[in-house]
Amino acid sequence: MTDLLASILYGDWILHALIWLPLAGTAHVLVSSAERARNVAFRWSAFVFVLSLGLWWAYDPGDGGFAMQSSAPWIEAWGVSYSLGIDGISVFMVLLTTFTSAIAILGSFEYVKTRRKAFYALMLLLETGVVGFFLATDVFLFYVFFELTLVPMYFIVGIWGGERRIYAAVKFFLFTATGSLLMLVAILYVYFAGGTGSFAYDAFLNAGMSLREQLWLFAAFALAFGIKVPVFPLHTWLPDAHVEAPTPGSVVLASVLLKMGTYGFLRFLLPFFPEAAQHPAVVAVMLALGVVGIIYAAWVAAVQPDAKKLVAYTSVAHMGFVVIGVFALTLNGLQGGMVVMISHGISTGALFLLLGMMYERRHSRLIEDFGGIGRAAPWFATAFAITALASIGLPGTSGFVGEFLALLGTFETHMATGAIAATGVVFAAYYMLPMVQRVLFNELDKPENRKFADLSRREIAILAPLVALMIWIGVHPTPILERTEPSVQAVLERVEDARMHAGGGEDAATGAAGGFRSFAPAGDGPAADPAPSGAPAAPRAAGPPGGGR
Amino acid sequence: MVTGVSAALLAGLPASAAGAVSEAAASAGASTGAAAWEPILPGLIVLLPLLGFALNGILALLAARDSSAALREGRDWNPFAGPRRPATHRLPSWIGPGAMALAFGLALLNFLGMPADLHDPVIRSYWGWIVTGDLRIDAALQLDQLSMVMTLVVTGVGFLIHVFSVGYMAGDPGYPRYFAYLNLFVFFMLVLVLGSGFGTMFVGWEGVGLCSYLLIGYWFSDREKSDAGKKAFIVNRIGDVGFLLAMFLLFQGFGTLDFIPIFAGAEGRVAAGGVAVTAITLLLMLGAAGKSAQIPLHIWLPDAMAGPTPVSALIHAATMVTAGVYMVVRSSVLYALAPTSQAVVAGIGALTALVAATVALQQYDIKKVLAYSTVSQLGFMFLAAGVGAFTAAVFHLVTHAFFKALLFLGAGAVIHAMHDAAHHGDGHLDEQDMRNMGGLRRYMPVTCAVMWIATLAIAGIWPFAGFFSKDEIVWYAAAWAGAESNPFGALYAAYWGLALLTALLTAFYMARLMVMTFHGANRTGEAARSHLHEAPGVMTAPLIALAALSLFGGWINVPEELRMSFAGLFGALPMSEWLHHWLEPVTHAAAEIQTAGFGEAARTAPVGGGEAAWALVSTLAAAATVAAAVRFTSTRKYVPAAEDPGPRRGLRRAAYDKWYFDEVYDAVVVRPVVGASRWCWKAVDTLVIDGFVNFAGNFARLAGWAASLFQTGQVNMYAFVLTLGFLFVLGATVFL
Repeated sequence: MTDLLASILYGDWILHALIWLPLAGTAHVLVSSAERARNVAFRWSAFVFVLSLGLWWAYDPGDGGFAMQSSAPWIEAWGVSYSLGIDGISVFMVLLTTFTSAIAILGSFEYVKTRRKAFYALMLLLETGVVGFFLATDVFLFYVFFELTLVPMYFIVGIWGGERRIYAAVKFFLFTATGSLLMLVAILYVYFAGGTGSFAYDAFLNAGMSLREQLWLFAAFALAFGIKVPVFPLHTWLPDAHVEAPTPGSVVLASVLLKMGTYGFLRFLLPFFPEAAQHPAVVAVMLALGVVGIIYAAWVAAVQPDAKKLVAYTSVAHMGFVVIGVFALTLNGLQGGMVVMISHGISTGALFLLLGMMYERRHSRLIEDFGGIGRAAPWFATAFAITALASIGLPGTSGFVGEFLALLGTFETHMATGAIAATGVVFAAYYMLPMVQRVLFNELDKPENRKFADLSRREIAILAPLVALMIWIGVHPTPILERTEPSVQAVLERVEDARMHAGGGEDAATGAAGGFRSFAPAGDGPAADPAPSGAPAAPRAAGPPGGGR
Repeated sequence: MVTGVSAALLAGLPASAAGAVSEAAASAGASTGAAAWEPILPGLIVLLPLLGFALNGILALLAARDSSAALREGRDWNPFAGPRRPATHRLPSWIGPGAMALAFGLALLNFLGMPADLHDPVIRSYWGWIVTGDLRIDAALQLDQLSMVMTLVVTGVGFLIHVFSVGYMAGDPGYPRYFAYLNLFVFFMLVLVLGSGFGTMFVGWEGVGLCSYLLIGYWFSDREKSDAGKKAFIVNRIGDVGFLLAMFLLFQGFGTLDFIPIFAGAEGRVAAGGVAVTAITLLLMLGAAGKSAQIPLHIWLPDAMAGPTPVSALIHAATMVTAGVYMVVRSSVLYALAPTSQAVVAGIGALTALVAATVALQQYDIKKVLAYSTVSQLGFMFLAAGVGAFTAAVFHLVTHAFFKALLFLGAGAVIHAMHDAAHHGDGHLDEQDMRNMGGLRRYMPVTCAVMWIATLAIAGIWPFAGFFSKDEIVWYAAAWAGAESNPFGALYAAYWGLALLTALLTAFYMARLMVMTFHGANRTGEAARSHLHEAPGVMTAPLIALAALSLFGGWINVPEELRMSFAGLFGALPMSEWLHHWLEPVTHAAAEIQTAGFGEAARTAPVGGGEAAWALVSTLAAAATVAAAVRFTSTRKYVPAAEDPGPRRGLRRAAYDKWYFDEVYDAVVVRPVVGASRWCWKAVDTLVIDGFVNFAGNFARLAGWAASLFQTGQVNMYAFVLTLGFLFVLGATVFL
């Protein structure tokens, strides 16, 4: 496969193709008829997805740096370039995007009845924006794509949404725009004050900001990405946007758009401002917000009468695991965060699709309007149950791998935080199982539900790959982990290097204790030994894990 | 990829050939001690039930497709209407038990082939499950004496219960779904007992929890039953947090989650009695308490009786609920290093045994009595582990699997008969309430006979299985109390007293159950009575097999001293203490640590008297209690359930109401959490955060006004085209 891809120079054109082909699809949709729009859009998105699959083989992790790089000057006077690249972090974000875009478009066939051309054009435009965001290696270009995603999503919610769509769309827009404007200021500050002379990613890495500057810039970036994630207490736009958005909008929003926030953490926040990112106060705040998000959102989710709102809140809880995994600043934590991002994209996307199918049949999102669906639609119920279990992290499903690694990684450096966050697995059952019961189980007591149609072939085609992925990632996540590891490691090393410069003498001393390094009474708290400096380095150096390729 | 994985499983490739040999496997000396023995397709033991699940699952989906289509069209759907059942309801009778029979056969072959002097476990590694950084969790099986015993119990008793289910569930429309779940359960249970580390074990651990959830709520249309399933899952997850945290600590201390390196290195890496190992073992015990229904997490098991009765026999008596005991025994080295944790484990066990036994005394639902009896017997097993008698814990686990599975299946046969009778009887008849039974011996003599065997076994009467295992536990509690330098000596003496008392209560409530069910006058009612019947052969055959095991099963571990005392019978046995010797390679490390720490255990009870003397005392006391209970129960007048409000007040009422655990949890945990959840939503989210946001939004009303302009339709297109144009410029500047 690798040879085949090399023979067609796959690496040279694929990144450009993934960005611009959906846009070509947009144009195609606009010139085709309203009836054919959905088929055209689906074919384009499916084509893009199939093309992107080659990345699985063509992307060679190597040392974790950017691969398939290309760069062309765009606005030379400002040092802006059109540069793309892909690494172990973005490759899965891109695959997730192309996959969910195709699935979401297929899932919208019955849902979207009005202004179909505009809808599908916007969906493809959104894909361009998101893929561009994940592939950009120029900060200016990245910002452009970041903003670009805002526009189609705003219209998707605002036009095809539910009753309170305007409120939801404006709220979404204002939240995100506020954050991104602050980020723009921060980007410009680095550009001018850092004297980078260009917006290239590498130039920003070497901008040489002081700790004081870094803290401010970190705050601006963290706000922009934190809103996107969303981190408690910046999350209240999400339930509204999800509830009002049409099914495909919710799917893309949950699967991909939220990941832009956590991707931003990994790609920009940690590498650009490594000293700020490991500042004890910053770590303490971020971990606290992550843990609060996990538990608070789980609690709020549990009492929601609206199934869609419930799932929206669970997103906040899931993303909390990513936040703690990232800011624990351990390899396991970061890897766990990566897998949660992927897993959440699949399982929550699937949940929104399933809720959409419920809505199409019964025109209700209220949990109390269902009950006993397991009898009426057993295939639907099976898919729903598996997805719900993957969402709450049952071992053998994708959810477990991510949560386990994120918690393990957090526990390594912040024992108390990890322990509190671990209670999230109980609260996950507390919010999910009652909904599963009230929708699928209990008596089939409402006559309308007796007619609840089971999955159609199209719906099976949508859900089957999602369910298969949940189980496959749960059973054999190693191929993913080994692709992300070098890049995640590189992020971590950048943060750790910064500590060395900042005088990490005493850290090395505490880290050398070995054995039960965290059993020391002072083993917790943000200031305590975040670096497994000595011991784990040895096995890592001993051999490239999973180096079978 | 998945097919590759299953191919590797089928082939049972040696670890090195699978290309995923872990350091653990290498350091286990797989090449030295174990090379002599090649297990036969161990992966297939696990895979067969999974295959059964897949096939039955497909049949279940097909059948459900039919039934739901009929429901939508308003037709009646009865798979049993025709002269011959449809294939979806015929094939599972063969697939379900068939997969189990093959798995059991294969396990037996491996058991027979396993050399007695095998000192190091054999690891079969199939693929690297979670591999990142310095973490490596392999999908690997560990074959040793302990996992072999557990595998035999799971597949053997599991097979019998599958066969029983063919009869019991014959008329259930969800027949294929039932067998799919049951097979899936066995798969996860085998992963649990055969997994080579805590990580793999956890997969089985939560997997069996899932199947328990699905099977408790098998009749999911019934709200009460699906509530019970949900409760089981959530309570289990509380325990699972403990398991998770213990794993995190283990990983920090050992850099791995594999059993072999952890147990081999434990003595060197953790301080005996230190905070670390105590924390790890207590957290593991939290997990065990959840899975094995020990105080304070026992509350889910009685509710779990909502599931079909064979499920109660398999999952909630014989196998899954003993997983906690297995885990503690598996981690015996760690527990031996943490005497405080052992005292806690023993204390929880003894307390649970007593409390559950008192509740069992006052219950009228036949399955509730057995459920509390199970909780109580599990307490005995934890007591055993807590006094360092790890072999005794496994021994009681095995014998309990025999007689408790038999009791549940027997109860199932009774309920089966009562169900048919109630169907023909007048009005509502609670088919599980013993007050509605009585005198069933005449209608179902086989069931009555085998259940008496099980009753004598659980009551601890010589020479039935339970006598040997329970006596050993009680004895070790006494011996441990008198160990040379045991800091908790007095505490263990108290545990010993509790255990003795509980043993007598056990004899009492079981005799009460038997008398109320099978003896005295029949209280079923005229119309129903004529429809009472003995169970069909497919159900009685497993009962008889289990009765034989309940009778003779205890002989696998006859203590040396008793072998001499009762020479007339046991002198003929080829060897005494077989199980003890068999498990020696697994338990000897813990035994050595304990002997080094506390010295030899005493050979006399705290109040004097040796092993044989107390064995005699206990069997006589148990026999006397059974006789007393029979007499007491026979002379009491029971009225049908509908006419009986239950005990009015006092301790009897409190025991009847299960000591109000559920009520306390509801007041202390459930209501506050739900209240806090509502408060978070209404007060924090809606009022504070959104209040602030909307305030800020009103401040920027202009933006809203501007946004409303966007909604004119034309403007939409305008903005859209603007974006497109922007992108066009972007593209053009790049390529041109």
